[in-house]
Amino acid sequence: MSTSTPSASTPSTSTPSATTGTRATRVLGLVTLTLFVALVIIGFVIARPDVNQYDAARLLFVHVPAAEMAYVAYITTAVCSAFYLWPRTRSATWDRVAGASAEIGSVLIGLTLLTGMLWGKITWGTYWVWDARLTSTALLFVMFLGYLAVRQLDAAPGVRRKRAAVLALVAAADVPIVHFSVQWWRTQHQAASLTAKGALEGTYRFAHFLGFVAFLLAYIWLMMHRNRVAMLQEHLDERGLDAAIAERWREGASAAEAIPS
Amino acid sequence: MLRTARAVAAKDLRIERRSKVALTQVLPFALVVVVLFAFALDPSTSLRAATPGLFWVAVLLVLLLAVQRSFAVEVTDGAFDAVRLAELDPAGVFLGKAGALAVQLLGVEAAMAVAVLVFYDPTARAADVTPFHVSVGAIMLFVAAAVAATTGLVATGTLYGALAAGSRVRDTLLPLLVFPVVAPVLIGATRATEATLGIGKTTLSDGWPAVGLLAVFAAVAVATGVLAFGPLLEEA
Amino acid sequence: MEPVVHLRSAVALLGRFPALAGVDLDVQVGEIVLLQGPNGAGKSTLLRVCAGLVTVTDGEAVVLGIDLRRDRRAVRRHVGLLGHANGLYDDLTVAENVRFWAKSARASDAEIDGAMTSLGLDGRLAALSVSRLSAGQRRRTALAALVARRPRLWLLDEPHAGLDAAGRDLIDDLLRRAVGQGATVVLASHELDRAHGLADRVVTITGGRAIEQPLPTTSPPC
Repeated sequence: MSTSTPSASTPSTSTPSATTGTRATRVLGLVTLTLFVALVIIGFVIARPDVNQYDAARLLFVHVPAAEMAYVAYITTAVCSAFYLWPRTRSATWDRVAGASAEIGSVLIGLTLLTGMLWGKITWGTYWVWDARLTSTALLFVMFLGYLAVRQLDAAPGVRRKRAAVLALVAAADVPIVHFSVQWWRTQHQAASLTAKGALEGTYRFAHFLGFVAFLLAYIWLMMHRNRVAMLQEHLDERGLDAAIAERWREGASAAEAIPS
Repeated sequence: MLRTARAVAAKDLRIERRSKVALTQVLPFALVVVVLFAFALDPSTSLRAATPGLFWVAVLLVLLLAVQRSFAVEVTDGAFDAVRLAELDPAGVFLGKAGALAVQLLGVEAAMAVAVLVFYDPTARAADVTPFHVSVGAIMLFVAAAVAATTGLVATGTLYGALAAGSRVRDTLLPLLVFPVVAPVLIGATRATEATLGIGKTTLSDGWPAVGLLAVFAAVAVATGVLAFGPLLEEA
Repeated sequence: MEPVVHLRSAVALLGRFPALAGVDLDVQVGEIVLLQGPNGAGKSTLLRVCAGLVTVTDGEAVVLGIDLRRDRRAVRRHVGLLGHANGLYDDLTVAENVRFWAKSARASDAEIDGAMTSLGLDGRLAALSVSRLSAGQRRRTALAALVARRPRLWLLDEPHAGLDAAGRDLIDDLLRRAVGQGATVVLASHELDRAHGLADRVVTITGGRAIEQPLPTTSPPC
């Protein structure tokens, strides 16, 4: 007699497929790839070097969309964590999505910081400045890492998820405070110029828009795959659980025979 | 909730009074850190300018120790379980533990402040260096800043201390979680302390906006802790 | 009559490990049930499940009419758990410990004093710091905190461990009196001789499951 444990997150299909790709993701992947190719072409060939920033401006084609998507990812994590903590809507799905978003977000923030540092070296002459935006982005990065660390805690799944969710929300509340506090202290980042991007010539504007869409689609594509991998992992855990229960019974049966009655 | 908070705070402080860990271990650690910084930096120039920052970095390190200790007391004999069984109001437990931590941390800070004034203040013989400027207004500013900063620090520390408590990696996890989050406190407290000591041509009025920032952070941190402690305490 | 404890195919996890792998158990009001079994079989987890400390992920679990799968926190104020650890603060005295834990359950001073006396913890002993006590005395302190709360369901994990013969008699009397006043007791113990004298029923826990066993009518072989 085996115990069946249907959890809220199990999909309706009982046999998961061998890969996490489906027609939807393949189509999406192709579109995203095309957009990126277009972005590269525009970035390297078509757009002219900026007067002030020279070729470094090309870095912004990656840097700006990556930064924007990183914040989207981080907000997604925070929102999903809130849904997970709220008893009425608690479900492992929220936690899965939050975790996937955090992983992708971390990569995006790393990319943002990296391209930003290179850009800064060329235009400002220095890799780093301690201004509001950079500092809060760097701290956000560390907080993401802390969140991912808590997700790996050696504890029961429910415990882990709750703690990670609380962490995500606290970080979400804290980042604006960090941002404002550093901003109140110093300002050097070209906050103005980023919105002024829109005022730059048409190619840049189009490239920025293209970049945003490309990164957005890439984010969605990655989320879908990551989410499915997580679901497969949960499947595996459940199978493992059934096996562990059966194992426990076997060991119990042999021990029972040893007890004098 | 307040009754629980008082009971928990009283319990923590009584434990401290009996075991004297803060007095015999945490306080000396804090003083050692203060002295160490003096070895690393040139006393007449960089040490002076860096004093506020160094002070608060040292406070952060002390906070870590104090939070670890506060939760180690609970975890050793399974008291954590008992706390949940006894159905103590989680918000009350949070406020109580944070409150006890605040009392201890403020005491250590006071001692450190005295140590800093003694060890870092350049002698009057150095003509081109102005000594630290300490007036009643400055002391008020510093006290206000310290209280606000400490509140924010212990609230955050207690929240994350519970999150990391009982896990095997808690000693390395806690700093990773706490430090990024309390960065605003470091900024605000350092700024306020600079204004207190008259470093870098700041005046006392420069310091009060910093206190405002610290107060906002403290309010948010305490509110977050009160709300979030329940789910955290729930499973351990 | 609704059972105090009702478990059917209950599964409880510790991390990934199924500590309880499908437990069936019914305990009626006023019973003293003994859980026996090899180490690691799941006895402690079973007690903690009944105390509402561990989540039941599958099966049925109802204690004192409260569905543990829906709201396990509600059951805690009605049960008293004496676990492996004592849940005491080393630097506080016996009296301070009992008072702290009992106050949170809104026990009156009279109840607290009564609990401490019934476990022989009055007088000079009450003012001793817990760190200076023997293991048996600590156990009795933890038990006093439990007694002061007057729970309807007593869950005891090795209550006799570390106690001398007098201490064990003390506990047995305490349990019988509690049952006489309407409480129910589930205890896990390796002290089979003594527990057999005390218990109405014996349940063997092994491999995360429960097997009922009839109480031997003759004394078990030593």
